[in-house]
Amino acid sequence: MRPGLRWEHGVLALGLGLLAFGHYQGLFVAPREAMMGDVGRILYVHVPTAWVGLLTFSWVFVAAIGSLWSGSMKWDAAVEATAEVGVVLCSLLLVQGSIWARPTWNVWWTWDPRLTTTAVMAISFVVVLILRRVIDAPARRLTVSAVASIVAFVNVPIVYMSVKWWRTLHQPFSSPETVDSPMVTPLRIAAFGMLFLSIALCTLRWRIAHKRLAAEAEAPELPPEQPQLTLPDEVS
Amino acid sequence: MSQGLLRASLAILVKDLRIEWRARARLMGLSCFAATMLPLFAFAVGPDIKTLRAHAGGYLWLTLLLASTLQLSRSFQVEVESGALDNLLLLPVAPPAIFYGKALASALQLSVLAIITAPITFALCDAGLVESPLLFIGVVLLGTAGLAAPGTLYAALTARLPSRQLLLPLLLFPLVVPCLLAAVKATSLVLEGDPMEQTTSWLGLLAAFDAVYWGLCGLLFGKVVDR
Repeated sequence: MRPGLRWEHGVLALGLGLLAFGHYQGLFVAPREAMMGDVGRILYVHVPTAWVGLLTFSWVFVAAIGSLWSGSMKWDAAVEATAEVGVVLCSLLLVQGSIWARPTWNVWWTWDPRLTTTAVMAISFVVVLILRRVIDAPARRLTVSAVASIVAFVNVPIVYMSVKWWRTLHQPFSSPETVDSPMVTPLRIAAFGMLFLSIALCTLRWRIAHKRLAAEAEAPELPPEQPQLTLPDEVS
Repeated sequence: MSQGLLRASLAILVKDLRIEWRARARLMGLSCFAATMLPLFAFAVGPDIKTLRAHAGGYLWLTLLLASTLQLSRSFQVEVESGALDNLLLLPVAPPAIFYGKALASALQLSVLAIITAPITFALCDAGLVESPLLFIGVVLLGTAGLAAPGTLYAALTARLPSRQLLLPLLLFPLVVPCLLAAVKATSLVLEGDPMEQTTSWLGLLAAFDAVYWGLCGLLFGKVVDR
């Protein structure tokens, strides 16, 4: 192995390969969807994105509990890495859904429980990322982003169950029972591809975050802010 | 232990209410803020009385949500400004007691605000009289409790941050969507009548939201004010 290469590069290549193979199967080999025709082929990217996106947010939850529990920089970096990858996947999910909804439902967006809860979940985790940018004190940032992540995670089971709890336009769960057998194999391949891609991206991002946090911890303390001088007539 | 928690929470609740009572012009100020918001909704959607009537519950709860960010950030601002929060944390009480006391105080104040604002909203939107005031008060109590629990946690979280005015609504608004939705639906059903008997299920959703967040935020509060 070359010195710059790490295990996650292998996982990344495997994930990309599986995604490419799964999509080739899904686009050219698998049969057309009976009701939606070729539009239905978005299944092979949309469903894996949804599964892996929700899974990535679950990792944020685990990392947030770890970082609150231990106060360690490693867990804090994991919160940052997984939240960012989760937000990317969730944004992709919303865009793919919109592209699919236009020919199928004739709208880009509809106020359906599945869509609404997904959008709320995405915004909640975007807020976690914003919080991490605006808070400078490392210990405070760790606590605040972990607490915000744990509270935001409450959305994930709601999104997952939303198709069951409310009558919605959106399809119910996709699983080998609800998907016809020739479509299951490409879906499985694409899902594993997406899973490996997410693992690799989270790990790569974690290394960057960890290095940055470590550098921040080693940096010399800035001198305390000088009190501002006020002119006598401005003193209230 | 749990009796100690209850007594400490009540003591903090009484303290917060006393502070607000001594500065009662503030609650009047908040009511005026709410009364200013309401015509703005009417200006935004136009004077069509049918539309206004159909959305009266929505206007009421949006007004309360906007007012709640002012009220919630204030509830920690008074503590931080005078350094009282540090003294409060030195007291031999469990952090959840501080959370429950402050969250209850906020929920009560928001309920009072709702009860002041509701008649104005319903009059401006010509929504008619509430047939069962008790049911309406139940919706208000459950709904404001849903705003107050995550709101108090986030107000504590952001109290010492320079960008708190931005962060509190940013954190709170996405989170309370289910609560807002259920409160608006329940209010509309109380106003317009409920032939399908759906009010109970929306009240159930509100109660579930309250149970989850009053529990979760109470647990997390200690971590938030700890450092």
